[in-house]
Amino acid sequence: MLVNLIKRISGTVVYILRELGGIGLMFFSGVYWAFRRPLKLNYIFKQMEFIGVKSAGVVIITGTFTGMVLALQSYYGFRKFGAEGLVGTTVALSMTRELGPVLTSLMVTGRAGSAMAAELGTMRVTEQIDALIVMALNPIKYLVTPRVVASFFMLPVLTIVSDFVGIVGGWLVGVKLLGINEGAFINKMTKYLELDDIYNGLVKAACFGIILSVVACYKGFYTKGGAEGVGRSTTESVVISSVSILIADYVLTSLMF
Amino acid sequence: MNDNGIVIKINDLHKTFASQKVLDGVNLEIKRGEITVIIGKSGGGKSVLMKHLIGLLKPDSGEIWIEGSDITKLNEKDLNEVRKKFGMLFQEAALFDSMNVIDNVAFPVREHTKLPEKEILRMAQERLRNVGLAGFDSKMPSELSGGMRKRVGLARALILDPDIILFDEPTSALDPITALTILDLIKETQERLQKTYVVISHDILGMFRIAHKVAMLYNGRIIEFGTPKEIRQSKKEEIKEFLKATGIPGFSGGDR
Repeated sequence: MLVNLIKRISGTVVYILRELGGIGLMFFSGVYWAFRRPLKLNYIFKQMEFIGVKSAGVVIITGTFTGMVLALQSYYGFRKFGAEGLVGTTVALSMTRELGPVLTSLMVTGRAGSAMAAELGTMRVTEQIDALIVMALNPIKYLVTPRVVASFFMLPVLTIVSDFVGIVGGWLVGVKLLGINEGAFINKMTKYLELDDIYNGLVKAACFGIILSVVACYKGFYTKGGAEGVGRSTTESVVISSVSILIADYVLTSLMF
Repeated sequence: MNDNGIVIKINDLHKTFASQKVLDGVNLEIKRGEITVIIGKSGGGKSVLMKHLIGLLKPDSGEIWIEGSDITKLNEKDLNEVRKKFGMLFQEAALFDSMNVIDNVAFPVREHTKLPEKEILRMAQERLRNVGLAGFDSKMPSELSGGMRKRVGLARALILDPDIILFDEPTSALDPITALTILDLIKETQERLQKTYVVISHDILGMFRIAHKVAMLYNGRIIEFGTPKEIRQSKKEEIKEFLKATGIPGFSGGDR
């Protein structure tokens, strides 16, 4: 009984450590190959299009509605002590510091991270990764580095989009729907929102981009066991990425506080 | 290690996976310019042996000499130099499904040479014509049948004129007619190019059609090695049993 318990706990600990080690190694080799010539620019641009451009729609929709609901909720609170003018500030600070980067990264994890894990997983089980190795080409350089680099650059860009549409959504609901004085809304927002708030959010987004791409590539790259294995890798990659993003969010925020 | 035209020499190769002995002292010499077929049961370690030949797996012990260097001792960089001498046709062809047929065939040339694009396309189209797939340039791998995919895979494996070409179960999952056309294609290209072909398969009848030499892998060892005729006349029980499984009376013990 006790022995079994210890066995299970130690098994889990070893599993977690092995996964962390694997993810760390994947990160380092992905970054290492980003600095080795020849740079596979066409591969990177292709991934930028997939991760960035094609995620724009879903990011715009989530950003807009998040900004709108933020305005609605904070208006409810601020009205109780007559501070409706602060709705704009609240929306802008929440979006740029927190919700913009986090929601964008979670949406990209669901859309692009899952696709990365599934694609690399399929390439593994159909021997396409072995085919690259046999052709004397490094699969990390061709498959992992472009995805990590593209995510690192595109997540901040998507976050800027999300911040912007979120604030516009907040303005629509606050000023146009709830009738907050437009001057107060804009004035207070520009007065209290600092460049650092936006900057911190973008740093976080870049880190989340690395997390979600490295986890997805790691899970996909080491897929085992056919179609079922691909499904498992995809699920695990989304779960691990999402949880890691939320944990990293707290750590990064407290570091930059 | 280059004497007598031996291009691959395997010495006492051992590999164990999770306490299961897969390779238990494999010894084999593969001659230049011949088709050598390694035959064995499914799950008998053939694929594992082939993966060792190209450095996808490292043995627990033993040596693999390829043109003068023991590839089991090489680092990844030197191994890549050896790999450039190889072409490989994978079991399911392993075409990149993000690329169309011509880009798949041209891929090794684009990545390893600085030839002008026009020349690369010309080479790729010629190879496709050789495998009977002229005009299929812009098809995606998902639009092709299993047999066509293998032909594209063969065109891709041959495009850099490698010295050694490996075939992993070239006839598996194909109908008998398509399997024959693939076998004929293997034989025809080998006779024309005079390269070293190494084939692993459990399809004993098909393999006897193309093989110059046959090696029987059984319980992790090569138990018999020789021409197809020598194999058929082997007195070893395991081989007789394997040949009887073809269902053809007199196949075991007969000549070619």
